[in-house]
Amino acid sequence: MIPELGQFALILALAVALVQGALPLAGVQRGNAAWIALAWPAVRAQAFLLTFSFCCLTWAFIDNDFSVVYTASHSNSQLPLPYRIAAVWGGHEGSLLLWALLLSWWSFAVSLFSRQLPETMTARVLGILGLVSVGFLVFILMTSNPFERQLPGLPEGNDLNPLLQDPGLVIHPPLLYMGYVGFSIAYAFAIAALLSGQLDAAWARWSRPWTMVAWIFLTLGIAMGSWWAYYELGWGGWWFWDPVENASFMPWLIGTALIHSLAVTEKRGSFKNWTVMLAIGAFSLSLLGTFLVRSGVLTSVHAFATDPKRGVYILAFLVAVIGSSLLLFAWRAPKVGLGGRFALLSRESLLLTNNVMLAVVCATVLIGTLSPLIASALGKKLSVGAPYFNTVFGALMVPVVFLIGVGPFARWKEASLAGLARLLRWPFFVAVLAAILLPLSLDHWSPLIALGLALAFWIALTATLNFIARVRATRAGRPFLSTLFKQPGAFWGMHLAHLGIAVFIVGVTMVKGYETEKDVKMGPGDTVEVGGYQFGFLGVRETNGPNYLALIGDVEVTKNGKPYRRMTPEKRIYNASGMPMTETAIDSGFLRDLYISLGEPIDRENLNGEWAVRVYHKPFVGWIWIGCLLMALGGLVSICDRRYRVRANAVVITPSATQPAQSA
Amino acid sequence: MNKFLWPLAGFIILAVFLRIGLDLNPHEVPSPFIGKPAPEFSLPVLGTPGEALDKHFSPRDMRGKVWLLNVWSSWCVSCRAEHPFLVRLAKEGKLPIVGFNYKEVRGDTEIDASKLGAEAERELVQKRARAWLAQRGDPYQLTVLDIDGRVAIDYGVYGVPETYLIDREGIIRVKHIGPLTEDALREKIMPLLEQETRGKP
Repeated sequence: MIPELGQFALILALAVALVQGALPLAGVQRGNAAWIALAWPAVRAQAFLLTFSFCCLTWAFIDNDFSVVYTASHSNSQLPLPYRIAAVWGGHEGSLLLWALLLSWWSFAVSLFSRQLPETMTARVLGILGLVSVGFLVFILMTSNPFERQLPGLPEGNDLNPLLQDPGLVIHPPLLYMGYVGFSIAYAFAIAALLSGQLDAAWARWSRPWTMVAWIFLTLGIAMGSWWAYYELGWGGWWFWDPVENASFMPWLIGTALIHSLAVTEKRGSFKNWTVMLAIGAFSLSLLGTFLVRSGVLTSVHAFATDPKRGVYILAFLVAVIGSSLLLFAWRAPKVGLGGRFALLSRESLLLTNNVMLAVVCATVLIGTLSPLIASALGKKLSVGAPYFNTVFGALMVPVVFLIGVGPFARWKEASLAGLARLLRWPFFVAVLAAILLPLSLDHWSPLIALGLALAFWIALTATLNFIARVRATRAGRPFLSTLFKQPGAFWGMHLAHLGIAVFIVGVTMVKGYETEKDVKMGPGDTVEVGGYQFGFLGVRETNGPNYLALIGDVEVTKNGKPYRRMTPEKRIYNASGMPMTETAIDSGFLRDLYISLGEPIDRENLNGEWAVRVYHKPFVGWIWIGCLLMALGGLVSICDRRYRVRANAVVITPSATQPAQSA
Repeated sequence: MNKFLWPLAGFIILAVFLRIGLDLNPHEVPSPFIGKPAPEFSLPVLGTPGEALDKHFSPRDMRGKVWLLNVWSSWCVSCRAEHPFLVRLAKEGKLPIVGFNYKEVRGDTEIDASKLGAEAERELVQKRARAWLAQRGDPYQLTVLDIDGRVAIDYGVYGVPETYLIDREGIIRVKHIGPLTEDALREKIMPLLEQETRGKP
């Protein structure tokens, strides 16, 4: 009964979404206030219905209702409760429902926090979100119904993919989806602005915090996925340029460009068209990511069960959403003014360069991801691997990262090259010198290590200098520290996020440059030395987990003869699927990780004999994720800026928004 | 032309490629072997423990039968997924399946086979293959061992698992890449099998 209620709620939600997508937009166009007013209750109803529907599906998992096909294929009665709940979004159908649910929550949040916006603007935004929701709900109901029954029900379910039975993967998809879906808000604001013809500073200011929140979630989601890959897959890597990773990384790159571009549009009124294009692009790439993952056009370790019907539907949806947006853009953009003028060298021009570079980087990732597909459409075979991405991405990001140091010093409108050079030559020399000298004191020297460190030091030094300069300029006799903490959130946020990039670069550089890895056969009593630690293998013992059998290797780690700790890498065999999984043992430290992954027994019949064991010493690897956290924290601090909280009385509402779009 | 139309134009081109891509199966590489006789080989057959590897199998031995040649390894994750289906298929008894164990030790990236001697490798291959079949059920009429992967080259094997349908005349009719599934069996293999059985009175 409960699954049927869930499905019924889903159908009702579609009906409500149709109302939400049609009437308010038409109402704005025709000046019908009653239709416009429908947007708010429709959003509330939709959020309620989808929440209810999602709870019904969750109940089917908690209750082990294996007469629901989706539950039977993604859960199992032995599965611990938290994973049964996470299994709700462990497959295609449930994750789409999560998408729709989050979209309805985001829409609800917009309807709550946009009281100070002109009613017509909010109605348009909510209407566009309603249309997006219609697309997803029709997709779910037509091709991917999570509530489908099979009677009689199965006595036992198939189990959740053991790879997903992990705390990291419980929160990775919701975070990522919050990011993807969040970009739909920036998108809806951009389309609403195009429709009204009012691409002004107020529009940029309204969509900025929403975009930032989406970007924060996406950053955290990607970082979480990468961290999960690092500790769960047992290959010691943290980014594989897998098509699905790229699918989440492309919206991030464009989203990063978008938050910078929005800043310019808000402050200077420039780049309006460019900002709109980026907003459309970020959401389009989120949808494209969904298409690539769900349709199976690209093969990937993430491949979900694929179905050609789904692929055709998503593509049609993609064409409808992106095609119509780009058409609207082509129609409206020529009429948008250029906004504030700026000189060849100014903060605007630097931000524009950085923006274009990020877009180019995204294009290269897109080309790399799709070229196997394009080649096979042309009858050829091609595969593009990590070397392409690492080389192209690395080379293109160097100038972007360099500009991070320059941007905050450049004035709006016009900056002086000589002035910038005078200010920045010392941090430049110090960064380069330190980057050349520091690796000499370490294991070995290489130009790439020096380059990576130079970029990181450059960001750190310029940020410090920028803080000092800013505090000096605004201090007016007050103490230094209190002035420092009185700086606006946007300023702190910017530098925190930029420092996050520096920390990230240190992590990547150090782990690429100095990691050591040993792949060895070890029997009980054998010892191997990696990175100054001795790893003594004691043997393997068997234990039972809740739904798996585990073979646990005991490894005694000593440093210079002194005992350090015991590490226990595992090999698990899951009861329901019979799938073996590697659980790595990681000793995380601030300056290095020790990482052990238990391979296979050399002789399958003698588990007490020799095992293939992989041991890594990874300096600074944790900084990769600390850097991502800092970026997200920077975003968070910047949206806490005072001016977003006091905007209600600061923003002058432009009256012409109620007029029909044609006149704009 | 309105320069703001460029993004739309770019997207349309992309969408066309995506549409074409939907009809292509990325797993599918047109195999030049389809319609050609299955390459001849003579490989040792996996026996019971202690038995020497002196029995050999050749595709010629299956003349007059329609059969499946299934390429697998114990290190291959997709083979694990595919195995229960093969066991069920074997129980139905419609199609004989010959197992083709591919680079059991050499292909396993977790083992450095270069450190093993040839004899030790042969021993290990048999042990691992036997353990796998004992643990998961043996759907195969027999299993041949391609320890160095040379015969697999003749068949154009590029990933495990792969399955070949070979007809009574010894011609390869279907090559399926990736785990064999209910759908693949129904759509690709059964039609040909029925055609074959009808062809013979």
